[in-house]
Amino acid sequence: MPEFDRLIHERVRLGIVSALAVSESMTFNDLKQLLKTTDGNLSVHARKLEDADYIACSKSFEGRLPRTEYRLTPAGRRALERYLDHMEALIRAMREG
Amino acid sequence: MPLPAQLGQNRPAARPRSLNAHAIEDLRYIRETMERAGSFTAVSGWGQIAVGIIAFAAALLALGSSSAERVVWTWIAAAVASATVAGLSMAHKARKAGVPLLSGPGRKFALGFVPPLAAGALLTAALYRAGLLTWLPPVWLLLFGASVVAGGAFSVRVVPVMGFCFMLLGGCALVAPPAWGTYLMAAGFGGLHVVFGIIIAVKHGG
Repeated sequence: MPEFDRLIHERVRLGIVSALAVSESMTFNDLKQLLKTTDGNLSVHARKLEDADYIACSKSFEGRLPRTEYRLTPAGRRALERYLDHMEALIRAMREG
Repeated sequence: MPLPAQLGQNRPAARPRSLNAHAIEDLRYIRETMERAGSFTAVSGWGQIAVGIIAFAAALLALGSSSAERVVWTWIAAAVASATVAGLSMAHKARKAGVPLLSGPGRKFALGFVPPLAAGALLTAALYRAGLLTWLPPVWLLLFGASVVAGGAFSVRVVPVMGFCFMLLGGCALVAPPAWGTYLMAAGFGGLHVVFGIIIAVKHGG
């Protein structure tokens, strides 16, 4: 069984990775609305995922407004898959035990 | 195996049963987040049912109409009313679900949905000017179906399936006698919207 990934166990980080797993990319504001969180909270958690190379961030301008866009990296996708495997294995083990 | 201990690290009271509940809750959270982020479920089932009812009303008016031009304008008026109802109901559902409508999934939906619809509008103008009004029902059904399939590629599966059904009806309208046009329009814009609207309303949150 793969190692348990504490980095994406946290709720907001799990939300970011899950959302990006089904969207090619999402902006900071999209994620903020989707996860119903604050700017500061999302920034902190997104930065941790970026540092782990689970998500990639690109910054641009839309008119005069800055636009931050996130994508899931292959490493992030593998991490989510491992996490899902873990959860399923845990549920299975509890049911059998 | 490190999992149960690690999972319980931030949750001191965790026992096997609550760990299990946590894992189930985590999976549910992942699924819900994915649904909200990846599938444009803001297509409102109730809105689609309302659009279907508008189409049935338009079909009744069209059947009682004396000229082909009036039939065309009846359907165009119904399309405007339907677009308004569908747009408002989508905005309402998206707001309720906390999904941003005009960015992310909503923008993807619009990017797929609008081009075939615009092509349909141009063809409508061209066919109207040429007096080829009997070709309008198949063109409308086919291109609206193409719009729904393209927009629905990013949505829950039932949406593109509805689009394919419209395209099938459009194909039938191409080979059917012109007199069937209004009935096929009623079957498509009325019947399909009501049937799929009920499915979306029941299975995809309203």
